This record gives sequence, C-alpha cells and structure tokens, in this order.
Amino acid sequence: MLNNLLNPRASWPLILSIVVALALTALPLPNLLALMRPDWVALVVIYWAMFAQRQLSLWIIILAGLALDVLYGTLMGQHALALLIMSYLPMRLYLRLRVFSWLKLTGAVAGMLFIYEFMLFWINGLSGITTHSADYWVPILTGTLIWPLVLVLLDGIAVRRSNSH
Amino acid sequence: MVSSSTDSRRSANAPLLGARTLVYAALCISLMLIDQRSSELDPLRRGLGIVVYPIQALVSLPSRLIDWSAEAAVSRSDLERENNSLKVERLRTRAELQRFNDLEAENVRLRAMLSASDKVADNYIMAEIMAVDANPYHHSIVINKGSNRGIYEGQAIVDANGVIGQTIRIGRYQSTAILISDPDHALPVEVVRNGLRTLAIGTGELDRLELPYLPQNADIEAGDKLVTSGLGGAFPSGYPVATVRSVERPGGEPFSKVQATPAARLDQVRELVLIDTPTPRNEEDPEAADSDAE
Repeated sequence: MLNNLLNPRASWPLILSIVVALALTALPLPNLLALMRPDWVALVVIYWAMFAQRQLSLWIIILAGLALDVLYGTLMGQHALALLIMSYLPMRLYLRLRVFSWLKLTGAVAGMLFIYEFMLFWINGLSGITTHSADYWVPILTGTLIWPLVLVLLDGIAVRRSNSH
Repeated sequence: MVSSSTDSRRSANAPLLGARTLVYAALCISLMLIDQRSSELDPLRRGLGIVVYPIQALVSLPSRLIDWSAEAAVSRSDLERENNSLKVERLRTRAELQRFNDLEAENVRLRAMLSASDKVADNYIMAEIMAVDANPYHHSIVINKGSNRGIYEGQAIVDANGVIGQTIRIGRYQSTAILISDPDHALPVEVVRNGLRTLAIGTGELDRLELPYLPQNADIEAGDKLVTSGLGGAFPSGYPVATVRSVERPGGEPFSKVQATPAARLDQVRELVLIDTPTPRNEEDPEAADSDAE
C-alpha cells in the first residue's frame, strides 16, 4: 500500500496537471462564470485514466478528491468517492475508449461527467443539501465542450504515444 | 488464467481493479460518515488545508494585484479628496460615538440596577475573503484567517452594513464560513420597531431572506428593520440583518409570507469583520430560557 502511495510511475506531468486543475477550481470568478466552471479535476482524471492509467494510482484520485473537499468545504471523501466511481469506467474500458473517434469520445466523457455530478448530487441529497436549480448541471455541458481542448493540451505534455506502447 | 500475462501487460491497474475500487470507495464512505457525525477528521482537513493553501493564495493573487495596482494608480488630488471626506466622516462618527459611549455607560448602570448580566464589549478581527464562490449552492466563503488568529467555530461575521454569516470550519490559516443566504442557515432576529422575535432563513439567493414562521396577525410591515436578537448564542445581539421587503398574508394559510433584503451586500463584500464575543455561553442560557417561558 505504501508502495502504491509513493507510486514511482506517477510522472510529473500527471501531478502538475492535477495541481493546475485544482488551481483552476479555486480561481475566484464572477458568479455567472463560477456557475459554468467545468469540473477541471474530473476532466484531468478522465484523461489520465484513459491514456496513462499506469501512472494514475487510485491513491492519487483519492488525494485529489480530498483536496477538492477541502477547497469546497464539503464532507471529507465526497469528491474522492465521486472521482473514484467516475474513473472506474475509463480505467476498465480504456482500450475500447482509445479507439473511439473524438466525437464519440467526447460523448463518453459527457457520460462520465454526468456520473461524477450525479454522485455529488446524490451524496449532497443524503447529507441534507438539496438543489432544485437546473444550473447545477451546467458544468457537465461546459466540461464536455472544453474536453477536446483538455485532450489536446494534456496530449502535448504527456507524450501519450510512449506510454501506450 | 492463460491470458493473465497479457492482462498484466495491458495495465498495472487492471488486476482486481473492481475490488480495489470497492475498497477505496468503502474508505471514502466511512470518511464521509465520520465527518458528518463528528469532528475527528478536522486534523486531516487542516493538514490538507495547509497543502491546498498555497494554490488558493496563488490563484487569488491576480485579483489582489488588480486591487493593489488600482490603489497605486490613484492620483494625488483623488487621494487628498478621499482623505478629506474620510476626515469629515471620522469627525461625524466620533461625535456619534461619544453619545454611544454615554449610552453604553448608562446601559451598564441600568443593567446593574436590574442585576441583569453585563453585555461585554465585543472584540473585532478583520479578515478578507479568499474565495467568494467556494460553491454556488452552499453559499459559503473562504476567509484568510484561521485558528492561528484565534478564530473559532460559530463566530459571527459582519461587514460595514450588517451580518454576513458565521464560521463553520476552521483551518490553520483559513476558515470556511456560511452566509446567511444559505438555505441551511437560520438566524434569530427581532424587529427593531416592536421587538417581535422570529427566524430569518436563507433562500439560496444572495439578495433575499425569508421569515416563514410569522403568524398571519404578526405586527410586521414592509420597511421594518431586522437586527440579530442574540438568542441562540451564536450571534451577539443588535447587529443589522435585513429590511423587510414584502409582507403577504395569503388567505387560508397559518403563516404570512415575509421576505427581506439583507443589509450586507453579500455578493460584493471583500473585507469583513469577525466578532469575538467574550460572553461565556452559559451566561446567555438563562436569558434564552426566560424568553422561551414568555
């Protein structure tokens, strides 16, 4: 387990991209933009789960989720659980997902983001925080729209070819 | 089993991925259960908060920089004008304060005669908001003071105009506070005009509070000022909260529909003040019990 935590396979691009995603999450924005803020950490985790999952150990997902919990002031473990459940599919089906056309892949990402948001929504509901506003689901849309950009950027820093062989 | 070697070549995580995900999921769920029921995870939260703090400080740097450069670019004549108006305002508030001091002394004397408990003067701690929009649905904010400055849980927060909220989670260098507009927040208030007590509940909208527990015949009207009543212990009494915006008395329903506009501009505030009430909690209990008995 300690071996997993100090995962030697975790590369600097991975750690860096998660830290940048956390920073984008914490970035102060005007209210309207904050409503549309994509789930940066979820997008980055989806990318690594699909294209370089050797580097992404589950511990890193948990730590990123706990960092989100601290940022948002939510229950400890809430975002961690949502990230974990969401990344199960791309980690399991990565071989199939990788050969998807980019349009199909973007659709799959929308589905994963929905799972993520739904988990958060569900846990919020269980702990007594209810939201009726439809605005809650806007980040799925913006996240899906911004996904191709995330894909290109992370491809640039991750040198994914070398990992997939 | 024949294909196990190819499996492991495919991915390091593939073996037992499902089982491991389940184990970690169980870990997360137990963390959440513990966090909901007790404060035992606060050290973990505080520790991670220290790790996350540099990120937060870094991303709030641009807006601070803009503030700073706006200040640095002000012309001399503007500064002089501002200085003059501040001097005038200071004079005026000092004059008012003299009257206030006199009133306070008188209040203490009268209270002594009634042998009521003293209202001890409050201490103030200035703080700044680090992240306004920590979560649009919780209406919580992150402020830049934590346990290192003596901030404690449940501390009342005001700005120049009125009550903003109270702290809910304390980190070492920053804290999370809940705004009075959060749907989960209820604030004991009273009407200045006649002392009518009730609760102001957040609605999830920054510019609207609700007073849902007033009967149809309650003496309240639009324009009434609401201040904290001090009951419940968390908030010191007498700070402005809101102004009643509209009162509806729908037929056939036991309660009237009262809406109020918060006195503080919850969406525009940047500097705020935490009130440190030195009154021990148990001193307020008899008061609360008395009012319950009424």
